[in-house]
Amino acid sequence: MKVGIPQEVNSMENRVGATPKTVKRLIKQGFEVLIEKGAGSKANYSDQSFEAAGATIIDGASALYQKADIILKVLAPTEAEIDLMHAEQVSLSYLSPAQNIPLLEKLAAKGVNAIAMDAIPRISRAQKMDVLSSMANIAGYRSVIEGANHFGRFLNGQITAAGKVEPAKVLVIGAGVAGLAAIGAAKSLGAIVRAFDTRMEVAEQIQSMGATFLTVDIEEDGSTSSGYSKVMSPAFIEAEMALFSEQAKEVDIIITTAQIPGRAAPKLVLDYHVAAMKPGSVIVDLAASSGGNCALTKSGEVYTTDNGVTILGKLDQLPTQASQLYGNNLCHLLDDMGKAENFKIDMEDDVVKRAMVTYNGKVNWPPEPLPVSPQKPKAVAEEKVQAIGPSADEIAKKKATSSLISLAVIGAFLYLLALVAPPEFMGHFTVFVLSVFIGWQVIWNVSHSLHTPLMAVTNAISGIIIIGGLLQTRGSLSNPMTVIAFIAILVATINIVGGFFVTHRMLKMFRK
Amino acid sequence: MISAQIQTASYLFASILFILSLGGLSSQTSAKRGVLYGIVGMAIAILSTVLGEGVEGQIYIVTAIAIASVIGILVARKVEMTNMPQLVAILHSFVGLAAVLVGFGSYLDPATHNIQGAEHTIHLVEVFIGVFIGAITFTGSIVAWGKLEGTIRSKPLLYPGRHLVNILLLIVCIVLCVMFTQMHGIDGMLYLYIMTAIACFIGVMLVMAIGGADMPVVVSMLNSYSGWAAAAAGFMLGNDLLIVTGALVGSSGAILSIIMCEAMNRSFFSVIFGGFGNAPAGAAREVTGEAVAILHDGVGQLLKDANSVVIVPGYGMAVAKAQYPVYEMVEKLKKDGKEVRFGIHPVAGRLPGHMNVLLAEANVPYDIVMEMDEINDDLSDTDVVLVIGANDIVNPSALDDPNSPIAGMPVLEVWNAKNVIVMKRSMATGYAGVQNPLFFKDNTQMLYGDAKDSVAKINAVL
Repeated sequence: MKVGIPQEVNSMENRVGATPKTVKRLIKQGFEVLIEKGAGSKANYSDQSFEAAGATIIDGASALYQKADIILKVLAPTEAEIDLMHAEQVSLSYLSPAQNIPLLEKLAAKGVNAIAMDAIPRISRAQKMDVLSSMANIAGYRSVIEGANHFGRFLNGQITAAGKVEPAKVLVIGAGVAGLAAIGAAKSLGAIVRAFDTRMEVAEQIQSMGATFLTVDIEEDGSTSSGYSKVMSPAFIEAEMALFSEQAKEVDIIITTAQIPGRAAPKLVLDYHVAAMKPGSVIVDLAASSGGNCALTKSGEVYTTDNGVTILGKLDQLPTQASQLYGNNLCHLLDDMGKAENFKIDMEDDVVKRAMVTYNGKVNWPPEPLPVSPQKPKAVAEEKVQAIGPSADEIAKKKATSSLISLAVIGAFLYLLALVAPPEFMGHFTVFVLSVFIGWQVIWNVSHSLHTPLMAVTNAISGIIIIGGLLQTRGSLSNPMTVIAFIAILVATINIVGGFFVTHRMLKMFRK
Repeated sequence: MISAQIQTASYLFASILFILSLGGLSSQTSAKRGVLYGIVGMAIAILSTVLGEGVEGQIYIVTAIAIASVIGILVARKVEMTNMPQLVAILHSFVGLAAVLVGFGSYLDPATHNIQGAEHTIHLVEVFIGVFIGAITFTGSIVAWGKLEGTIRSKPLLYPGRHLVNILLLIVCIVLCVMFTQMHGIDGMLYLYIMTAIACFIGVMLVMAIGGADMPVVVSMLNSYSGWAAAAAGFMLGNDLLIVTGALVGSSGAILSIIMCEAMNRSFFSVIFGGFGNAPAGAAREVTGEAVAILHDGVGQLLKDANSVVIVPGYGMAVAKAQYPVYEMVEKLKKDGKEVRFGIHPVAGRLPGHMNVLLAEANVPYDIVMEMDEINDDLSDTDVVLVIGANDIVNPSALDDPNSPIAGMPVLEVWNAKNVIVMKRSMATGYAGVQNPLFFKDNTQMLYGDAKDSVAKINAVL
């Protein structure tokens, strides 16, 4: 099987579908690799390095498209490129299928089996081929670097001989992969980082990256089973806008990452927010290509507003790194599809059947939904359980009645006992009952891994029965009591010594 | 000689030390201190008793303690960690025996013959109960030891009407008790003998009826009994230290039993009264399919390719003493930068926490040893799960087959991992006698043979 990597025709695109490293992997998978001359030049990969990795350099796109069985591309093919393709050719690239239905129809008409890398379902198994994640990671990192570049101060706080420097405050809106990567990068540069997301489930992830989770006072969870957030209620949005107004006055850099697949990006940073920001502040809009999260963003442009706020509507792609990760994603997908030898389009496969947007001359879009968020189903299950069983109130009531009854029984029992028992017995009985309670409280705290030592210790301690033997020993051996007591002491001591010793041996072995 | 007040104070101090000792076992860091408290408490208790008023025959006491200490240390030094359950079981029987002997001694004690009225009756009842519990503990522990050691068949011995027989025997004992309390001096000795024999028999039958898989529950239950026996002895001797200590041990054993039962999703009573008491109606689903075997090279390769590995040990690892080569393997895998963890089911092994002790013996750090609840959610992201000599605790029927005898028991959901390797000696069923559909799953491969050999061979591949 031949894999072909053409040069990207869009002049703005610097990435390439393979790097020398991924070429080696492809060859290892059994593919023959063809690459168009100069394909990697904009990503700093020379033809020589590809050749050294084992690829064949082909001059001209049409020859490449003719020979290859599988095409690895970055951007969606243009109409001219589709014309070069042939039936049954497999094409891997970004496609944005929801916005590009005519393109899909064209590919289907040509008989091309096109895989949209941006339609790979975001389930655990497919994480290694998820280009949205790998590219978002790069974008998040880059957003901080470029934001810092346009920001006229340090990000970290410093106290120097020349004076004190306040740390910069960074607000990240949307804590998906890009947002989290941005938090990590900003944090490691020393900034104070805050992050906002409508999905409650990401609060923990935000905090784990070292940022403060900002939230509004309205209880509404934006999580959905797709992993993206839903559109929130007007009340929520109002509160959210108020929060942003407050933050805009304070923070120095705002990084927005909120995107909804197949739709225009939500407008989160409005003109009055920008107006409230200090001169010299920076807004990095990662959603610029889908309309922008900031109302004032100009896609593909970097400009400064009248009040001195720089808004970044484009980012460098970091093409060397991005091509490497993108190429790896492609390799993983080809690996999953059976490598060269057993290459197969398995339309039963959860991942392939959703990403394969044209197959056998038909458009296969939109796919059936597949839930990815692990938290949601749990909540549903819990609700169901509650609905079936008796309500919490009823259970509490039942418990209260049953404990009342048992308390009454215990009380009656103690009263009857006190009527017949001698005072000395009652004293011992008090001690006994209290000890049972103490034991009950103490033991529940014992950790599971220490149950065996616990048992050995309690075993040793139960050798306390030796006291019975000690008290019963008499002066002469002719007294049967002495003999009995002697044996009792003997076995009880074996128990005490053996029990303690073996516990000691066990505990010595536990180490961290 | 020390005064009675000083003795009481010493007893109180010893009780405090015992409570602290048990409390200390709540975490690994304080556990060693806990044992020290226990030892000091015991030393104080024994010394203050021996030095107290009215103790005679010190020479016999010292002789007995000296002989027993030597025996105790020898046994405790020699025992292998895999044989820990047996040791604990046999030590319980000693407490039971001591309780019986102390009961008899108390009955023979002429000082108790002068008590009159209700006090006398209560004393005799205390003797009777103390001997009864002691005898059950004694024989029950011996049978448990035999089952763990393998000298007695681990299969539950069930005969029709056994509950009725046990209840009848219990009624006989109560009647004997009533007759016993009517006697003066030591005239009631015969009743005491008969009751002891009956209690010994009940102890044997009680444990015989319980299957090998339920041994963790039985051992902790016997632990509890030995505590109650000591408490009963405390009542008959009027000794508060015995009562306190006995009660502590008794409730501790009871809690452990409950924890074990919860881990198996069984009611306490169905375990105690033997067999799978509440078997659901309808036949368990037939398991069909073919188990795929794999060789050591294949396992080694899988491990090399994996990023995350979870090892699930069971009693088979204990039997084969495979914990050392397993740790060697863990070290090798960790050196290659792989994430290796252990998943421990609460009832893996034959004693609560048995696996933790074995792994600790082989130097496995306890922070990579996870409990079932901690690791179950992570299993789906795990590349390779190695099941070493475990069966019922990884059986999917527990969750998806309501007719299975182990239905509802929480299990380690290893089948969610990408690859599962099951190391086993054969295709035989586990202690619960249930077929395991895990072996026939597509992502499961079987590695037959002794666990220790197999792991050593895998180590060679790595």
